[in-house]
Amino acid sequence: MNDFRYIITGLVLFIVLVTFPLWTRAGKAAPAPVPSLETQAIQQLEEKQCVEGTEYMRANHMSLLEEWRNQVVREGKRTYVAGNGKEYEMSLQKTCLQCHSNKSQFCDQCHNYLGVQPDCWTCHIEPKES
Amino acid sequence: MTTSRRSFIKAGGACLLGLTLWPAVKSFAGNNAGNIENPGAPAGKRWGLVIDMQKCWPKYQEGCRDCFLACRKAHNIPDIADKEEEIKWLWTEPFENAFPEQEHEYIAAGIKGKPFIVLCNHCNNPPCVRVCPTKATFKRRDGIVMMDYHRCIGCRYCMAACPYGARSFNFSDPRPYIKEIDPAYPTREKGVVEKCNFCAERVDLGLVPVCVEACRAGALIFGDLEEPNSVVRKILSGRYTILRKPELGTHPSVFYLV
Ligand code: HEC
Ligand code: HEC
Ligand code: HEC
Repeated sequence: MNDFRYIITGLVLFIVLVTFPLWTRAGKAAPAPVPSLETQAIQQLEEKQCVEGTEYMRANHMSLLEEWRNQVVREGKRTYVAGNGKEYEMSLQKTCLQCHSNKSQFCDQCHNYLGVQPDCWTCHIEPKES
Repeated sequence: MTTSRRSFIKAGGACLLGLTLWPAVKSFAGNNAGNIENPGAPAGKRWGLVIDMQKCWPKYQEGCRDCFLACRKAHNIPDIADKEEEIKWLWTEPFENAFPEQEHEYIAAGIKGKPFIVLCNHCNNPPCVRVCPTKATFKRRDGIVMMDYHRCIGCRYCMAACPYGARSFNFSDPRPYIKEIDPAYPTREKGVVEKCNFCAERVDLGLVPVCVEACRAGALIFGDLEEPNSVVRKILSGRYTILRKPELGTHPSVFYLV
């Protein structure tokens, strides 16, 4: 029983170290991302509407982009007819980022929060932001 | 006729073997046109280009490079000086290199050593499409041999397969070599192969390729090879034209007037 004190101190130290990340962050939830819609193109819209409904876009924009990509590159079709009958050119740079020209304040806000890094921007050209 | 149990079982075994072999026979002996034809694109078309070098040369001698510059600008093609790593969509080759099988020691002086504009031939029977393991290169129904850069894994089989050297590999990030990036068209990245796309992005909108539009001499003529009344067909039926390496059976869609 001579080593009792050392073992307990060691154990306490160990537990404190292992749980360190948990209790230092306690009560400090990372702020939910707020994608900004403050771009000229969006402000000039009569109706603040994305290509499809907001809920749909939030959940499915990656699938929509993939579909656009396949339609354009593999099928040679370049016009998208949205659910409400509006027509858009199927283009990441010329359509999405025309409205959402504040990529770092919009796309990146969510993606950084989630830790996803879509590898599109080595080829597709990011809009210049001031 | 009597069949012994032994020979009945033998025959059954042979049938079973045949059934298991059948899929292998089909895949080795059949031709999978699905790889080559893309069912979604507009059918009944085959885009082609006729190149009249006699019209080009006077301007070329004066230093005209309009078609090359227009192509470079429209597709964000990097300008890499190193011949080993340069990216080529539209360029020139001397006659002997472009048409090695046509060359002979008494060739007309007006042709010998002269530059010929070359590009991807958008072959009707493209060897690059056949070898691509990811179907990143495929032939559209309108004849354009297209690259899907999203699928390219940079294996370079297509480069080995192409007899015209029409494909280039990005050995490094191309962006530092692009003087002025046109935001309307994506660049490529390190590790993918690229080539001329016959301006699919313009053809889909009913326009002609930029090189054709840029040429002031009218040396490049674009049109549908399947349409008997098209300008290209009229030229082809009226004048003698040559193809690059026709003996390989690739059936190029780019024709040269000499
Ligand atoms: C016509 C302009 C316009 C275009 C083009 C456009 N958007 Fe939007 N987008 C908007 C507007 C406006 C909103 C906000 C709608 C709202 O608040 O209800 C929005 C919302 C979104 C949202 C949801 C944001 C949130 O807060 O949840 C996503 C994701 C999105 N867009 C992605 C895209 C993508 C990807 C494309 C290209 C396929 C695209 N947008 C094209 C205008 C546009
Ligand atoms: C409301 C938040 C939000 C906004 C705004 C947003 N995204 Fe996303 N994005 C996500 C989520 C969530 C995922 C899915 C992550 C996953 O599946 O792991 C995603 C995934 C993607 C993917 C697929 C990534 C992959 O690796 O497969 C692409 C491409 C993409 N987003 C493009 C965009 C573009 C372009 C914009 C701006 C126009 C944008 N996103 C704006 C939340 C957002
Ligand atoms: C290796 C380079 C490369 C990468 C990486 C890349 N793209 Fe592309 N993409 C291209 C090129 C080049 C085209 C143009 C094809 C054309 O217009 O003929 C294109 C076209 C597209 C198109 C349709 C036309 C257009 O102008 O936008 C969409 C949509 C698209 N890509 C989405 C994406 C998304 C989403 C990602 C990331 C997940 C991505 N791409 C990553 C090279 C790339």
